[in-house]
Amino acid sequence: MLSALFFYLFATMCVGAGVMVIAAKNPVHAVLYLIFAFFNAAGLFVLLGAEFIAMILVVVYVGAVMVLFLFVVMMLDVNFAELRAGFLKYLPVGAIVGILLLVELVFVVGAWLTAPDLIRDAPTPPASEMSNTQALGELLYTRYVYLFEAAGLILLVAMIGAIVLTLHHKRDVRRQSVAAQVGRTRETAIEVVQVETGKGLK
Amino acid sequence: MFDQAHLLAILPEITLAVGAMALLMVGVGGRDEERGELVLWLAVAVLVLAGIFVATGEGTVTLFTGSFIVDPYARMLKLLALVGATVALIMSLTYWRDTDGGVKFEYPVLLLFAATGMLMMISAYDLIALYVGLELQSLALYVVAAFKRDSARSSEAGLKYFVLGALSSGMLLYGASLVYGFTGSTEFAQIAGAVQPSGANLGSSVWCSCSQASPSRFPPCRSICGRRTSMRARPTPVAAFFAAAPKIAAMALLVRVVISAFPAVTTEWQQIVIFLAIASMALGSFAAIGQRNIKRLMAYSSIGHMGYALVGLAPGTAEGVQGVIVYLAIYLVMTSGTFAFILSLRRDGKMVEEISQLSGLSRTSPLMALMLAILLFSLAGIPPLAGFFAKFYVFLAAIESGLYALAVIGVLLSVVGAFYYLRIVKIMYFDEPVESFEPMPRILAAVLGTSGVLILFFFIYPAPLVAAAGVAAKSLF
Repeated sequence: MLSALFFYLFATMCVGAGVMVIAAKNPVHAVLYLIFAFFNAAGLFVLLGAEFIAMILVVVYVGAVMVLFLFVVMMLDVNFAELRAGFLKYLPVGAIVGILLLVELVFVVGAWLTAPDLIRDAPTPPASEMSNTQALGELLYTRYVYLFEAAGLILLVAMIGAIVLTLHHKRDVRRQSVAAQVGRTRETAIEVVQVETGKGLK
Repeated sequence: MFDQAHLLAILPEITLAVGAMALLMVGVGGRDEERGELVLWLAVAVLVLAGIFVATGEGTVTLFTGSFIVDPYARMLKLLALVGATVALIMSLTYWRDTDGGVKFEYPVLLLFAATGMLMMISAYDLIALYVGLELQSLALYVVAAFKRDSARSSEAGLKYFVLGALSSGMLLYGASLVYGFTGSTEFAQIAGAVQPSGANLGSSVWCSCSQASPSRFPPCRSICGRRTSMRARPTPVAAFFAAAPKIAAMALLVRVVISAFPAVTTEWQQIVIFLAIASMALGSFAAIGQRNIKRLMAYSSIGHMGYALVGLAPGTAEGVQGVIVYLAIYLVMTSGTFAFILSLRRDGKMVEEISQLSGLSRTSPLMALMLAILLFSLAGIPPLAGFFAKFYVFLAAIESGLYALAVIGVLLSVVGAFYYLRIVKIMYFDEPVESFEPMPRILAAVLGTSGVLILFFFIYPAPLVAAAGVAAKSLF
């Protein structure tokens, strides 16, 4: 009962937020609605017992990808009103794609309803024995540890590459050096000078 | 799960990866020029250390539930790849010193990561491990190709290489997913058990070998669009690196996949290998004729040489694989020597790449010209130099298993290829001298001299290499 209540809550919010993503005039608002949609989708995943995917959705999509989106939207001066101008022109193509997607979904659900054996929906091992985060972790850090570590190396290389190819060290820029500032003493900072009348300082 | 033997088997890869990360820390500690050179020499030390660990390994060990294998074959090719990487790294020193205001420490670090990827490719015994190793190597190479980011041409080269690499990765993954779909496993041992020479299995294996080949950079489609511009645009030391070690790793991978994972469908993949071999040899021979730039000529020449190495793979026998390994080893020496020569071509502080500028080199610097002539004769496959024996072993294997047409076409194409090598010799020895080059840096002279001497006297004592290659090849079957 309670889970049905939460399902309808999350589902309505998710669909509503999804509609608002494409309906919102302001691109920043659209991104915020998208974040909201992701949170609700994560809620739906939790209801399904897939807590790992839910966490990934929040951590990766909301935490990283969406923040990046916000940055891009705010930093790039894109005229979204202009982009939106051809909305009616693209509507037929968009509608066809949408209908095809819907037909596919109906097929999948239909197959599931008529022959449930075709789609294996039980996790292995059963969820009552082991949560899926634990199951994934036990595979990832034992059987696939070599590939896991190698994937980490690949990400490190990607990071080094991005820095090598884009970071420019400018020689003339004066940077703040906290250590030097803190290390200043009265002797190095202040000098008492006797100024003679009419001469001034050099 | 792990015992000491397992840890020892993967020690070279661990050494390289940990070494690369440690050197990264050394590098970011300061930005002065000496730091770059220090990192470069430390990277050489790491490579040598990894090489020692590879050489001291014994027996056949399978690790990580069958996704990583260390056998004599892997050890032999890892050693070759490490030698190639080390020589290329040392040779790059003078170039960075003279042109770019010092060595950037990221260069040796990225090369170490690329070498890690190569070792992982060579040891891959599983489709996922294969892909991960390949990506690690290629990602480092994409960055290295675009390393001179201030030059538009170098950036363009890196970008093109990246796009083509992404395309071939996609094809490889598509093929791998089909193989997984049909056989139900990503491990080579189990694929080999599941693949039977009939029906759908066959299609998938054919597709997989096709897509395996594409990242190995020899099919003509890839070379025509990518190589032409990118090879010339890459910084020369990067081109020298690309010409040797990654080719060895890619070839090792291809041999391992078709021999270990698809032994039951030899006749099917044989056709693909024969086609690739002929196409690469033809492209390498004919397209290089019109080249005026020595770097581009070497690029086409390397395509051709990979074609000859593939001739050895086509029979699918231990003798053939032995021929491939011997070919790769000799090719490594020849190519390193030639690039040492190209890197030393400087006049008035600028790199010279036009072949016509070499005219009369025999009178201005006779020793250099002699060494290059030896290497070129060897690349053309003229006896008694090492290049002849390399071709001899692969063609012999092809003839022994009845692939007469392939052997004849290969020999004919190598005659065509000889033309452009000999033309350089003619320009050096019979044309009027132009002004002389700057004196050769000692490191490059040492590399050129060593490779020239090795090539010249290989025929006196070929036994160690041939025997080692034989042992390595037998371990695959």
